Amino acid sequence: MELKRLRGQRATVRFHFDGVEIAGCEGDSLAAALLANGQTVLGRNLVSGSARGPYCLMGTCYECLVEIDQTTVQACQVQIVDGLEVKGLP
Amino acid sequence: MRTFDIIVIGAGPAGIAAATLASEQGAEVAVIDEQQAGGGQIYRGVTSANPSQLEILGPDYASGRDLVDRLESAQLVFFRAATVWDVSDEGTVTFSSKGSATQVLGKIIILATGALERSVPVPGWTMPGVMTAGAAQILMKSSGLVPGNAVIVGSGPLVYLLAAQMIAAESPPIAIVETPSLQNLLRATKYLRGALQGRHLLIKGMSLLSTIRRAGIRRYRFAKDIRITGADGIEGVEGVSFQSVRKQVELPCSTVLLHQGVVPNTQVTRALQLDHSWDGLQHCFRPVLDEWGQTSRDRIYVAGDNARIGGAVAAEHAGQLSAIGALHRLGLIEDSQRDSMSEAPRSALRTECGARPFLDALYSPPPEVLNPSDETIVCRCEVVTAGDIRRYARLGCTGPNQTKAFGRSGMGPCQGRYCALTVTEILAAEHGMTHDAVGSYRIRAPLKTVTLGEVASITNKSPD
Repeated sequence: MELKRLRGQRATVRFHFDGVEIAGCEGDSLAAALLANGQTVLGRNLVSGSARGPYCLMGTCYECLVEIDQTTVQACQVQIVDGLEVKGLP
Repeated sequence: MRTFDIIVIGAGPAGIAAATLASEQGAEVAVIDEQQAGGGQIYRGVTSANPSQLEILGPDYASGRDLVDRLESAQLVFFRAATVWDVSDEGTVTFSSKGSATQVLGKIIILATGALERSVPVPGWTMPGVMTAGAAQILMKSSGLVPGNAVIVGSGPLVYLLAAQMIAAESPPIAIVETPSLQNLLRATKYLRGALQGRHLLIKGMSLLSTIRRAGIRRYRFAKDIRITGADGIEGVEGVSFQSVRKQVELPCSTVLLHQGVVPNTQVTRALQLDHSWDGLQHCFRPVLDEWGQTSRDRIYVAGDNARIGGAVAAEHAGQLSAIGALHRLGLIEDSQRDSMSEAPRSALRTECGARPFLDALYSPPPEVLNPSDETIVCRCEVVTAGDIRRYARLGCTGPNQTKAFGRSGMGPCQGRYCALTVTEILAAEHGMTHDAVGSYRIRAPLKTVTLGEVASITNKSPD
């Protein structure tokens, strides 16, 4: 998936995904920031093991699950902040 | 427990219209929304959008600013970034915010949780790189991001709006693959008179189509046998193939944006076991409502797309009507006030919905999406295919709830949001039953995933 960033002033926000530093913009959901950085696959389906990524971006499809602070959360419902530590689900 | 006259769930156009009207009439009102600001999905991010975004997204989107400002300045309590996960028919609403849960009580509940994208089960739709048209708009609205190397596939006014927005953002879609059939066109002519009543919508549509034509975007019509192709691994989507006017077409791309209209989000109304009925034209279930949006449970009202798909402007009118109905029910306004206040919104609602039957017929989802081929995954979460559901039907499974027992369909984290309608459709077709007779999944709280910590923390002290 290729995403283009539109013109406009947005502060850079730096966070980590599986130990890798990622730069997003203020206002991005975690899912959006990951997609913008080419991270289209966020995990694997528990039943089939198939790669899955965000689908609805509005908190209803549960395809964008990640782990923050030992809790499974929807990446599209999390606003990125500096220093956020995110782990992909196994 | 903190008690309100009216609790409005959802701060989209219907919710904001209902809440602000009610609070202006002196009711104690609370609004609860998952996002940090009002606007719902349609006006998502409108107050923080920069001028370039507003230009790209168009005047309808920008007009949402007023609504959101009205919410902020209204005399009511706005629980923001709060996720509702239980609503009882006595009016108790349980929501989580910042890791802990709270309960509030409403004498009346107005549900305005809007719509979901209809799921579009086609082979390959679960691959990374496949998203809804709405998701692409959320990227543009909230993050100023626009997909590149993308094909839009489906039907509905949003297909053209999205294409026009992507053109304005200088990232036009590779092509638009349109599924409406000739039968759709023929069926739609029956509703032409109503369409003329709502012609302002049609005129907008024409303008979008000419933008798309001027940009030279290829439109493939009468598309069928849609398959999204690609590697199942990290690479995700590689292309989409289909038949268009008897020609086989293969379009390489890295993003597929699917859309087949939106449907009412019935999670809360189902959890409350309210009466629902099948709408043959919109091809979905709707809560049964009176003219004020009151459901089969006295204290529960529904407004906006949550009730019936009509769009953002219709949602405002419907929100007002439900607030008026609620105020009257609470004894805060007299019969005569109720009647005089409701005249304008009711008439406006009628006009706004005038073209709806025409649009519903014209953009009706194709059979291959409503009743997919055997190989197609229907339940994304539990990986249950259409063929699996048909097999359960032949083994004696007559309803969606039984499919849960047969193969876990509907039991994954999305709680049936993206498979319910398809499962109902397949079972109705297999058994020759009506959709109403087949019914839909039984939905139970928690309506969103919560941690045990949140449940344990339920407090009656509401957050500031």
